[in-house]
Amino acid sequence: MDLFLRPGNKTRVRRFTLVCVSEERSLSGSFEELALPLFERLYNFAHWLTQDREEAEDLVQETYAKALKGFRSFQPGTNFRAWIYQILRNTFLTSRTGLKSTATVPLESESDPQILPATNDTPESVLLQRSDQQLVQDALGRLPVPYREVLLLCEFEEMSYQEISATLAIPMGTVMSRLSRARRALRDTVQELREH
Amino acid sequence: MACKAWTEKLDAYFDGELPADEARALNEHLRGCATCAAHGLAKVQQKLAVKAAGQRFTPDPALRARIQKSIAAPEPPPWRRHWLPVFLTAAAALLAAGTLFLSVQHDRRSEQQLLSELVDQHVATLTSANPVDVVSTDRHTVKPWFEGKIPFTFNLPELQGSPFVLVGGKVSYVSQSPGAELIFRVRQHQMSVFIFQERGLRETRESDAVRTALSFEVRTWRHNGLRYFVIGDTSARDLDKLSDLIKAAG
Repeated sequence: MDLFLRPGNKTRVRRFTLVCVSEERSLSGSFEELALPLFERLYNFAHWLTQDREEAEDLVQETYAKALKGFRSFQPGTNFRAWIYQILRNTFLTSRTGLKSTATVPLESESDPQILPATNDTPESVLLQRSDQQLVQDALGRLPVPYREVLLLCEFEEMSYQEISATLAIPMGTVMSRLSRARRALRDTVQELREH
Repeated sequence: MACKAWTEKLDAYFDGELPADEARALNEHLRGCATCAAHGLAKVQQKLAVKAAGQRFTPDPALRARIQKSIAAPEPPPWRRHWLPVFLTAAAALLAAGTLFLSVQHDRRSEQQLLSELVDQHVATLTSANPVDVVSTDRHTVKPWFEGKIPFTFNLPELQGSPFVLVGGKVSYVSQSPGAELIFRVRQHQMSVFIFQERGLRETRESDAVRTALSFEVRTWRHNGLRYFVIGDTSARDLDKLSDLIKAAG
């Protein structure tokens, strides 16, 4: 260690050591303050993605480990929530379940960022009541992951289009068009579940 | 604007992403258009339904505890916990020993340099045509001569019955500090006795010491804030005797 090669005395050595330790603790402390309040929501999102408790637990643990390791690269003042959700999602996408879920579900072309035109459904036919919660949950679970995640980020996490764009690493236009398709897909799925 | 164009903006409107002016215009339209208002209501209901349905899974508290533990400030590993204090103590001890060693080396160098200067002065005095400024064998003449010339006083020994003879003295300087140089003779040898204030000399830790500088014998000691140096080419025994006499005079 060059610490002991520099001229100095005992006090200096101790101060340097304490600075290192306190910096490490401070960094860890600020990460804990930012990341721990998101735990329940991160787990919920992870479970929605994996559809499995054990996998969700592994995913959340791995997310926290990766986030802590990479926390030095996080720029204070930027969006921590979008940053850690992005880590969780990327971790999921590289998992076996994530690879399978994205490989087997073809999405409609998103090259055209325009929002879908309004459907011909009557308001009554698409009206979802709060009492339909189980139905909506089942429908959400059946949606392809890209639709499920964009809906949850927008409606449940109440992220802005910009946050969603950062989390999913897609352009804003794609966020809008994917949201539009996801909402239509959800309505259709709810309709199907109702009819059966 | 036709209703179709308005309904395309409903998602962005209820997501809070529509620019303010467009949001105001759409709001106005919804107040007067039952069809668009019904579509809007359906969208709001869907948003609320998804929001409610989104909260579905609750984590095991044990998972939270595990994660909290894993992201808490890491404890130092056992080897560091046990060995770090030892390592730091050893490093501190090494530093202290190193500092002491350097300090002692520095003191030795300073002392050696001081002795060299004094020996030079002693030699210069011996080779000078006027080795002393006050020429007297009487200590009661020599001592008062220094009054007002140096910032301290000193006692001279009674030399009667000893082999030493006081030759005289002069003001000497070392490290820009004035002091007294007294010349004593023993047989054919001459010795210089330098007396300086301790604070005027370079900081050294050497106290009573017997040294040899450039083959000259040197005796040095401290007394009452003064530093004494006896330098000569005579025998060590003579130097010791003269030193004892001066010490005894206090």
